[in-house]
Parts: sequence; C-alpha cells; structure tokens
Amino acid sequence: MKKSSMIKGVALGALLAAGALAVPANAQDSVYFANNAYRTGPFSGSGIPIGDGMRDYISMINERDGGVNGVKVVYEECETGYDTKKSIECYEQAKSKNTIVYSPWSTGATLAAIPRAHIDKIPILSMAYGLSASADGTNFPWVFIPPFTYWDGASLMVKHMAAELGGMDKLKGKKLGLIHLDAPFGKEPIPVLESLAKKYGFELKIFPVAAADMQNQGSLWLSIRRDRPDYLYNQGWGAMNPTAVKEAIKNNFPIGKLVGVWWAGGDDDARAGGPEAKGYKSLNLNAAGQNFPAIQDILKHVVEKGKSTTPKEKVGENLYNRGVYNSMLVVEAIRNAQKLTGKKVITAEDMRRGLESLNITEARLKEIGMEGFATPTSISCTDHSGHSKAYVAEWDGTKWTKPGEWLEPLKDEVRPLIEANAKDYVEKAGNWPKRTESCEKSS
Amino acid sequence: MFYREAGQYKTNYAADMAVFPLRQDRIGLAVILGIALVGVPLIGNDFFIASVMIPFLVFSLAAIGLNILTGYTGLISLGTAAFMGVGAYSCYKLTTFFPGVNIIVLILVSGLFSAAIGVLFGLPSLRIKGFYLAVATLAAQFFLQWAFVRVPWLFNYNASGAIEVPQRTLFGLPITGASATPETRYFVCLGLVVVLTWFASNLVHGKLGRSWMAVRDMDIAAELMGIKLLNAKLTAFAVSSYFAGVAGAMMIFLWYGGGEANDVFTIRLSFNILFMVIIGGLGSLIGSFFGAAFIASLPTILKFGLPALGVPLTGATAEHVTFMLVGALIIFFLIVEPHGLARLWQIAKQKLRTWPFPY
Repeated sequence: MKKSSMIKGVALGALLAAGALAVPANAQDSVYFANNAYRTGPFSGSGIPIGDGMRDYISMINERDGGVNGVKVVYEECETGYDTKKSIECYEQAKSKNTIVYSPWSTGATLAAIPRAHIDKIPILSMAYGLSASADGTNFPWVFIPPFTYWDGASLMVKHMAAELGGMDKLKGKKLGLIHLDAPFGKEPIPVLESLAKKYGFELKIFPVAAADMQNQGSLWLSIRRDRPDYLYNQGWGAMNPTAVKEAIKNNFPIGKLVGVWWAGGDDDARAGGPEAKGYKSLNLNAAGQNFPAIQDILKHVVEKGKSTTPKEKVGENLYNRGVYNSMLVVEAIRNAQKLTGKKVITAEDMRRGLESLNITEARLKEIGMEGFATPTSISCTDHSGHSKAYVAEWDGTKWTKPGEWLEPLKDEVRPLIEANAKDYVEKAGNWPKRTESCEKSS
Repeated sequence: MFYREAGQYKTNYAADMAVFPLRQDRIGLAVILGIALVGVPLIGNDFFIASVMIPFLVFSLAAIGLNILTGYTGLISLGTAAFMGVGAYSCYKLTTFFPGVNIIVLILVSGLFSAAIGVLFGLPSLRIKGFYLAVATLAAQFFLQWAFVRVPWLFNYNASGAIEVPQRTLFGLPITGASATPETRYFVCLGLVVVLTWFASNLVHGKLGRSWMAVRDMDIAAELMGIKLLNAKLTAFAVSSYFAGVAGAMMIFLWYGGGEANDVFTIRLSFNILFMVIIGGLGSLIGSFFGAAFIASLPTILKFGLPALGVPLTGATAEHVTFMLVGALIIFFLIVEPHGLARLWQIAKQKLRTWPFPY
C-alpha cells in the first residue's frame, strides 16, 4: 500500500506542478485567441455547430491568407460545458496565455468575466449575447456586444408581432408569452418586454424553464395552453429549443407564432419538430446556407482538406454561420487594430481599440465574401453594440429561409434602458474603474 | 524509521489528550501551513491560485460542513448546495444593508442565516433517518434553489438575476470585487478555512462531537446514556449548515467574484460535496480536504495540466476523459478503500512508523 500511495503522491505532485507551470510560450508572429466552447453537456446541441463555425473560419484565414496580414491566429478552445465554474477557469487560462480577446459564449460566463476584464484589460467580445447594459461603452470600455443585444431582440419580437397584426396600435390587448431558460441568459429580455408591454398595452406572460427541465416542458406547456398567448417568444438554448418546438406541435400551438431568439434558430432545433415544424420562426443576424464566397473558401481550404471536424453538409447551417460571423468580427477587429497601431502582432489593448472603431461596411462585407450574409455594423465609443439589423427567419422544413427584410430594432426604446441599467450596474459594483481609455475614431 | 514516536513522553493529561500527540504530526502540520502560506503564493501563478487553490479551499470548507453532519452524526444530507446558497445570498443582502461592515465579518455572519435554515430543515431528522432523511433534505435543495431564482428581493431585482459582488477592502487592500488579486483572495480564504477547521476540530473532539458520534453509532444507546437527541441532531445541522453557508459566501464573493449565482447551487453540487466526503473519508476532517482536492481540483489539474505536460488533449476530449477518469477512480477507491482517502493516509502513516521492520 505504501508504495502505491507514494506513486500516487508523486503523480499528483507532478500534475500540480504542471498546473502551476502552465505558462505558454508566445510565438513572435502570431496572436492568441481563446474561445470558450461546449461540446459536452446539455447545451452541446447548440454549442457544437457554433464552435465548428468559429474554428473553421479562423483556420480558413490561416490556411488561405497565412493569417491576418501574415500574423497567424492561434485559436484555442476551452471546454466549459456551459458551466460557470469551468468558464471562470477558462477565463483565467485565457488571461495567463495573453489572449487578445476573450469570447465567453455564455451569458453567465460573460457576467462573471465583465468585472475581471475591466481590471485585467482584456476585451470581451460577446457577440449578440451577454449583458445588454454592456452596450454602453462609456461605462463598459472593455465589453463589446455587436451586432445587437437581447433587448434589441426583444424589441424586434414586439415589432414583428405588430407588423403581423397590422400596426403598433393593434398590440393592445394581445398576449405575448416568453418561454425562457431560467438563467441570466433567459432573463435578459424581461425588462424590455415589460417596458414595451406597458407602453403598447399588451400583456406579458412569463414561462421560465429551469435548466434541469429543459427536456421536460410538459407542465409548462399546460400553462401555455391555459393562458393562450397570441405569440410566443422563445429565449432558449441547447436542448431546450428542440423540446419547445416539439411541444408546440404536440400542443397545437400555431407554429408560425412561435418565434425564437437567434440562439433558438439551430437547424437541429427546428428539424426536431419534423415536417410539422415548417413555419417555425427565429430572429436571425446572419444568413444561412453555403452560397457565400467566404463559406466556399472554408469548404475549399479547410473542410475538403480534412482540416476540420465538421461534416460537409453541416457547413452553412444557421448556427455554424453564426460562429463564422463571430470569427469574422474577431478577424476584422485584428485587421483594424493592425491598421490603427501599425503593429503586426497586436496586444489585448490594441484589440480593444480595433474593436471600438470596428466599422464593417457593405463594401467590406463584399470584399471578404460575405455580401448579404449580415448587415453593416459599426461600433463606436459610446455604442458598443451598433444595434444593427436582424430578420425573422423561417424554417421551410429543410432549411432556414429569409422571407422578409432586415429589420431595425426599436433603438429609441432600448437605448435609454441600456444607459440607465449600465449606470445602475456601475453604481452597485462600487469603485467601478472609470473609463480612461481614449476614444478611437471610426476607421 | 521516518516516523517514530520513541522518546516522546506524555507527562500530563493535556499532552495525552492533544489532537496531534506526535511531534512529527505537529511538524507536518506546520510544514503544510507553511507551504499554504508562503509556498503556494510564491510559486503558483495566478491561474493556479485562482482556479485550483481557491476552489479547493472553498470546497474543503463545504466538505467539512457536510462531514460534520454525515460523517460525525450519521445524518445524510443532499441539501448542502442549498445551504451554501443561503450563505451566498444572505451575504449579498448583508453587503447591501451594511455596506460599511467588513466583508469578512459579513461572510462569517452569513453562515448564521444558513445555520438557522439548516436547523429548520433538520427538524425532520428527529423522526426519520437514513435514506428518508436524505429525501427530506432534498426538499430543502429544491425549495431553496427555487427561492434563489424566484425571489427577486434576494438578488436586488437584478435584471439577469445575478449577484454582483461589490468591491470591499481590508486595510485598504481590495479583497472582493474584480480588483482583488488572486493572492489576496487566497489569503482570505486560507485564513477563514484554517480558523474554521480549528474550530471544527475542537468541536468534534469535545463534548458536542462525542455526543454526535454517539448518535451516529447508535442513537438509542446514546439516548439511554443521557444524550439529548434533539440537541445533538439539531446542533449538527446548525454547525454543518454554518460551514456550508460560509463556504457558499466565500464561493461567490472570493472565488466567482459575481455573476451567475442562481444556477450554481444545484443538486449536482450537493452530490459533488457528498462524493468529496465519501471519497475523502467519513468522519475525518483531513478527509474533507483530500476529498475536495480529489473531486474539485483533480479535474481542473487534469484538464489544464495534461496539455501543459505535452499530452495532446483538447476541449471536449479532455472533458470526457476527466469524466471517465474521475468516475473510474471513485469506483476504484470505493472498492479498494471504502473508508476513503483519509484511511489510506492513516495506513501510509502507520506503515511509515514501522518501516523498515513491519510486524
């Protein structure tokens, strides 16, 4: 027994030492980018396509162009399983490896990282997720939430409802239900929906789904049947979405009135409902499909060369393209930062400047092979979100389509709420670092 | 050879009753404390301190809490995470009400709220025990977790339902909030854990601890000997929940540093702490530390340590391997040494005492 316990002790000691020495080597001609991923756990259904899209776009840039202006992007995934404890570890890991930007991929992880990032001076890119109030760049100089926030999304839902009903004045007396994951992510849209409900006179019913009950929504749908909402907005993620689609069909809820937030627009989410899911809607910020030069380049330079784990037919699915969009933002921000500073290998501080003056125009989208993939987005000093456009995508039984136009959120409603909430956050935090970073002119 | 007590004479009762009667043990303890106080902050980098050592300390305290209840008193509880949550949320409310009071005081006081709730949910233990009691404490887990999400007053009506940890200082040095360095937070954790472990050690070696163990071994016999079951069981619940509550407050304020709190205190965490106690060793304080290191720190060390050692493990694979490895090790330990790592430690010490001439 003694011998074996000694061996165990030595092995443990070695591991402990390895953990302590986990300091990375920094190559001269590369930048390091840490991304949280969840390819395990109940949220992996949504996490895998996103992670694939993120990784493949970066690989494509490295393969095709030899990096961003010749600087390789060293991309590393850190597995979180959508668990806050693990995402905090991943943040610490990213920090110790001098990441130029941190990509949390969970609202909970973003919330935990925001106060740290302002001290550690690491920019956070929470693309269309995370703390809505962080769109206020004056108080959150290190957080970026393009192209829009959950609050914009909630306002778009109301706008969509009004458009179908025939005008904002028709909202009076209608009932909007919100099914949401009972976590910070799911609760985000509530304040905006409440405020809009008061203003336009519709009723808001809230149906929370605990993470443990994601695949067991039976009782919740009983209450939905009782309350008979005219529209349902689904702020769901992971295993919760296909279940919601299936339950809607099972309960004879008109599927066209069920609208998901953009994270509820996975191909697998809709596919779970079978042919009856035709007509399921979801807000969307990127186009689905493979018909974009950038996606074709991914196929050519990465997937077909066997440098990706993504099956070919999954390339171009909605959430995959979402990941591509996120990586595109990172790459463009690096490029922008290089232009601003004249340096090739940029630091986190440079990256912050690059993100803050990020301006993706129509022409630029065309240049990088993404015309029609998304709308132009620009970030400024005060506005870290851009409040860009989204559209209501529709599932046609096999793929996501774009039946309507790009819609603008109700920015006038959302912006004051964001600023008030940001002020409140900063006050409560006590001793919140004042913004000292100078303002970057848009390039 | 290495570890022989020959020549160490006890000349008074105090020496005979000492918790660490052997000089080598006392030296060992001093060395461990020395490493914890000087070695770790000196050698470990921020990542190691923030992601391995602080979680280890927090879980050790929680495991000690559950060990008092399950290991020393024989009452099984599946509500540890909920009691940790009570500590975290009451600490948050206390910081809102008393912004001027030092956060360490508030962390210690928040345990009292947890103790009160623990006693409340411990009341059924007077009538039921074993498996049935475990189910009763499960009610605490579900109810409290529901309350953390559903009672907006608890998180100050925050839009995301998250706790935002304010910055608080000690001697001008920030100890909570984002600007607190991992070292500072580590020292605060270490201080709290050392003091509370000393407190727990005194409790379990004293009259109260003896009555707990008597209840554990045979409650009817204990009652016949004049031990009041009501007092023994409820104090066990109170002390256990107090430790859990302090651990919970430490978890949010000194480790997580804000953010998502409402899905932290889940049944999964309760189970994890129960595993820590079982693996570490029931009825052993040092076992609680072993268990915490095994269940909480080992996965982190494997996940980040193996790639650092050159073993190519990425993302999901590391996660799957960790799951399998920890699962297999749990089964291995339960078969090879059901009394936990603490017993293994004891055996190793015994062997060292007789080496090289075992009888």
